[in-house]
Amino acid sequence: MAHTQQEVLAGLAELVNDETGIATDAVQMEKSFTDDLDIDSISMMTIVVNAEDKFSVKIPDEEVKNLITVADAVNFITENQD
Amino acid sequence: MKTLKQSQPIQHSRIYSLGAARGDLLVTNDEIAGPIDSSDEWIQQRTGVITRTRSSENQSLMDLATVAAKEAIEKSGIEADQIGAVILATISFPYQTPSGASLLSELVGAHKAAAYDISAACAGYCYGIAQADAMVRSGLSEYVLVVGAERLSDFISPTDRSISFLLGDGAGAAIIGPSDHPGISTTVWGADGSSWDKVGMTDSILDFRDGKVPWPTLVQEGQSVFRWAVWEMAKVANEALEAAGIEAGDLSALVTHQANMRIIDELAKQLKLPDSVVVARDIAQTGNTSAASIPLAMHRLLQEGQVSSGGYALEIGFGAGLAYAAQVVELP
Repeated sequence: MAHTQQEVLAGLAELVNDETGIATDAVQMEKSFTDDLDIDSISMMTIVVNAEDKFSVKIPDEEVKNLITVADAVNFITENQD
Repeated sequence: MKTLKQSQPIQHSRIYSLGAARGDLLVTNDEIAGPIDSSDEWIQQRTGVITRTRSSENQSLMDLATVAAKEAIEKSGIEADQIGAVILATISFPYQTPSGASLLSELVGAHKAAAYDISAACAGYCYGIAQADAMVRSGLSEYVLVVGAERLSDFISPTDRSISFLLGDGAGAAIIGPSDHPGISTTVWGADGSSWDKVGMTDSILDFRDGKVPWPTLVQEGQSVFRWAVWEMAKVANEALEAAGIEAGDLSALVTHQANMRIIDELAKQLKLPDSVVVARDIAQTGNTSAASIPLAMHRLLQEGQVSSGGYALEIGFGAGLAYAAQVVELP
């Protein structure tokens, strides 16, 4: 079943928290993964792979670099769920 | 018509001994952080590397390979002239031809040995073990010397933030020979040529010759390689365990290619290893030495008494190619 945007945001925040320890409520749509949340490229890839599992979505390597903000990731996942 | 004779196979092989040599310079993060606008703390956090061993001007790749090989031969209990083949896994031997293995065979006294190099980058040592295992069991060679040796510091860029700052110099060696019980499991190996350009050299040496590009150095697409090295290699590692007929809990050690501590940690996590399995983390002191990293890491585990001879280790090499190989071996 497809997840709503709010569900994806909440689930993504949990994945970010699992990988980095960043509080879930700090993971907001307008935040940049790199500049605001200080997530490095390896942690970002771990979050991406875990998000693929959690939301049944495929996020290709070449797409990862386009996921600048949390909103970019939430929108991509929401629009590309199986 | 007469029937051809073929070599007589034997049932089992094992690793008899290991040897190790590291670069004679211990290079700290502070020494290399400036040109990549980084710091000791950043490098340790992001990669787990505290120091990397690199060679001074006076220490060649062949010097490293010879020291490691002689230690392995001495510990094996065989004589050098009993070695039937010398396999050198390397990407940094500075001659296109002849092979480094040929010179190495002369330097260690393996005068009757076939000798050739393997270019499989960070998977090269495990490729070599796979070939040695097959050669011994087929009866082609009774004893085989496998060496992974690199002087990667000749192929790094001080300003490269993708891989150069991780790299070190060193050599690890193993003697493989006949055994009365299974000591090397079936190797699971392969290469994903569709990702040929994810790790490798910046340019061809022909373009360098023609003055079109600077000296080629190593570079990688870190994020893509990380995903492949953890999640794809976890599948390969599990296939290797299945092929060996054992489970993760039967292992004494996991010895991965020492690429980056975070790859090692995440790969170990994906394999759900019990606490009893020692995970090799030689990268903290030695850095990433490509083909040399697995035998160096295994040698350290044995030398420090973290594992005992006779236990099982899953070794898995992966890197440029993207080439990979994994097998379970009995620790020598």
